[in-house]
Amino acid sequence: MVEQGSLKMINLDVDVTVIGAGPAGLAAAISARENGAGEVIVLDRNSWLGGILPQCIHDGFGVEEIGTSMTGPEYADMYIKNAEKLGVTFFYETMVLQLFKNHEIIAVNKKGLHKIKAKSIVLAMGCREKTRWDVLIPGERPSGIYTAGVAQGFINLYNIMVGKNVVILGSGDVGLIVARRLRFEGANVKGVIEILPYASGLPRNVVQCLDDYNIPLYLNHTVAYIKGRERLESITIAQVDEKMEIIYGTEKEIKCDTLLLSLGLIPENELSKQVGIEIDTITGGPVVDQFFETTVKGIFACGNCLQVYDTVDILSIGAKQVGKNAAKYAVGETHEKIGFVKVTAGKGIRYVLPQQINKSGKVHFYLRVEQPKKTAVLRVFSGDVELLKKKLPWANPANMIEFDFNVSEKVLKSNKPLEVTIDDQ
Amino acid sequence: MQNFHVAIVGAGVIGSSIAWELSKYKLDVIVFEKGSDVSSGTSKANSGVIHSGINSPPSSLKARFCMEGNKMLQSLADSFGFSLKWTGKLVIAKNEDEVKELNRLKKVGNYNKVPGLEIKDGKEIKIQEPNVTCYKALWVPTAGIISPYEFTIAFAENAAVNNVNFLLETEVKDIQKNENNFLIETNNGKYQSKLLINAAGLNCRDIVSMLQTPDFEIYPCRGEYIVLDKTYSYLVNSMIYPVPPKEFGVLGVHITPTVEGNILLGPSAEFVDDSDDKRTTKKMMKNLLRKGKEIIPILPDKAVINAYSGVRCKLASPDEGGWADYRIEESKQTPNLINLLGIESPGLTAAPAIAKEVVKMISNSIDLKKKTVFKILKANKQRFSEMSSKKRSGLIKQDKRWGRVVCRCEHVTEAEVINALKNPLKAQTLSSVKYRCRAGMGRCQGGFCTQHIVRIMEEDLKIDVKEIKLKSPKSNLFYGRTRKLEND
Repeated sequence: MVEQGSLKMINLDVDVTVIGAGPAGLAAAISARENGAGEVIVLDRNSWLGGILPQCIHDGFGVEEIGTSMTGPEYADMYIKNAEKLGVTFFYETMVLQLFKNHEIIAVNKKGLHKIKAKSIVLAMGCREKTRWDVLIPGERPSGIYTAGVAQGFINLYNIMVGKNVVILGSGDVGLIVARRLRFEGANVKGVIEILPYASGLPRNVVQCLDDYNIPLYLNHTVAYIKGRERLESITIAQVDEKMEIIYGTEKEIKCDTLLLSLGLIPENELSKQVGIEIDTITGGPVVDQFFETTVKGIFACGNCLQVYDTVDILSIGAKQVGKNAAKYAVGETHEKIGFVKVTAGKGIRYVLPQQINKSGKVHFYLRVEQPKKTAVLRVFSGDVELLKKKLPWANPANMIEFDFNVSEKVLKSNKPLEVTIDDQ
Repeated sequence: MQNFHVAIVGAGVIGSSIAWELSKYKLDVIVFEKGSDVSSGTSKANSGVIHSGINSPPSSLKARFCMEGNKMLQSLADSFGFSLKWTGKLVIAKNEDEVKELNRLKKVGNYNKVPGLEIKDGKEIKIQEPNVTCYKALWVPTAGIISPYEFTIAFAENAAVNNVNFLLETEVKDIQKNENNFLIETNNGKYQSKLLINAAGLNCRDIVSMLQTPDFEIYPCRGEYIVLDKTYSYLVNSMIYPVPPKEFGVLGVHITPTVEGNILLGPSAEFVDDSDDKRTTKKMMKNLLRKGKEIIPILPDKAVINAYSGVRCKLASPDEGGWADYRIEESKQTPNLINLLGIESPGLTAAPAIAKEVVKMISNSIDLKKKTVFKILKANKQRFSEMSSKKRSGLIKQDKRWGRVVCRCEHVTEAEVINALKNPLKAQTLSSVKYRCRAGMGRCQGGFCTQHIVRIMEEDLKIDVKEIKLKSPKSNLFYGRTRKLEND
């Protein structure tokens, strides 16, 4: 019989709780410790730290951040060692079940249920991959269809081979890197299909992962049909027009046993929604201010659950800032909020972060444009008044744009939203 | 050769419910199922509706078994422990013209003795279903929802623990009849049985053909569905149906909440040549969303997390209107062959009543004696996601695998996955796990949990990765370990 006492939850009281031990969570936890937070704990549902990094065995990590190229596991290791040195506590195989406005967390692992109270919380849940049904790919429902990240995990973490004759839908970086990886393992990669007129991954990856291995890239194409009642037998690809509708008569069947989907990422915010944090419908992440504080006091957001970043390096740099802010909040150095303005995405801008500002001073902005531009001029307006005009060499939706801008007290008290726009000139 | 009293072909809801009814008696019963699990055909791919009886013509077998089955469902749910919700259903009319159809349905319902039918005003409906706009609607309180696979699995697993033999991945290849017995040849050995029950669903004609010339045709009619994320469960409280379309003997695209909190849109109705053609099409997926929006304008596009189709087993062609009654009968030409033909909607509701009828038919040729010991296996409904904190803590204390969540969308623990894999049918595909404990059913569609389930299958059940299947005998997931590939 179980004793009555053992049915109680394990109680913890800490300064900062970080949810997720991927690159963002690690960077935020380290930074929180470095900036004065006492006890910092990181909860992660996996049995390892680093999130997606351990399966990213290619190199290129760290180049932008510290000027050294590392593999994913090496990059993760650097952070993990640093975190351990700083006394960050990790909880493995721990799932957060509930998050409350008063910074209480209910989590579970093999030791039991935990009730964790924190002075501040950092959300670093990352993102998940889009599936076949996010884009409604028609056809039969055989085995052999994987998202690219899941396939990469099976190959690199478990040494399991997902297929022999493979087609990849989507030319994002994960798709390109997995194409090359499968080639190394002896699979026949029959092509990468991209619905856009250009590859969505980095140009260097197109060269190093596809061109160097004679893997064809089908631009302006999509998957029109999936065939196979048990294991995948073939896919039918077809060309698309400007509206991304299939052009009939261009269908072509490719025999394959595996289809990998690299369709993009969706920020994971089930917990954020549960606690009542306002979500930006475009980024899919929480609405934040210049401190990356969400609309629930003392809960901060960073990494891919905030917005999907281009590279881990940029993500980590951002997450460190967030960890620092969460630490300051935890030790009581809360900033005085004066005024409140919304930041809006104007002409040519898909989204801009932070979505609101409540303190004057230098603000670091992130944005993405809607269309590729060969020449671009970025502007910031407060009402009709142009506050900033900045020429950019070019602009591309795949490349996040960052800039700093000093928000004055006057602007903040004007009650007029800050509008960011981008134009050809 | 092994000898049985009764052999059942097909472990859909009909075969499984008959197996369960028969497991109460001192009989040797065997079930052949060509899929890797029970409920792998039409029985899993439908709306999961407990029908009330308003749609079946009076005096038909469909009406009779639907009404009888409907009354049996609650006590079955209580004893087996599967989920059931009496959500009720609304058939909505957009204008005065369609109200005539509501009156007709109400009349049919009254004749079939369906209780509580009421035609309500659009304003009243707005209170009940704030997101639905209509002119008038027929309220049917005795309609409900179950999970069709959970229901079928409950019958089959209960039959199995009471010594019915289930042979999965076993396809009947040929049947001969001698003086007293059927000789059944499968890919998994030869068997002999006194009685043969043809519950092969869409393949029922193939089974009959092995013994005699069939006097009927099967007209497969595909229905596509899309599944919406649980986030949108607030959109409806009950099932919302349009007035039935005039053709094909179907009920039209409707909105059905599921017992798990998802919403289904569907099914379409399209006659197909091949009964295994379970594709989903872009055209129909878009059409389903459009029709859903006609009923609930605020239905979002981004809500879709899955799509599937099921195939109805129809005995009437589209030219004949698509409607025919069930045929539940012993063959005149081949005595002791009991055929269950054309069991389409409301087959799920009717199944337990049909099973009782079949037992009655069997009692004509076999003297049935009740078993003295009869087990009830409560469906493994110990779900971490639905437990109190105290219950959770207690279970983790007993077995720490209750504390390891492996499916992040549905909060399914390692212990639940292991329980699912240790089912009495020995069904061990990824889908078998999914249908028993919901791991992989959420919005990420297995993105996170597949690796864990594979690990558990390897570690706890010692299954080689090459043997791990998605859902059917040849639906392997992997080609082995990376370093061994060239030796394949």
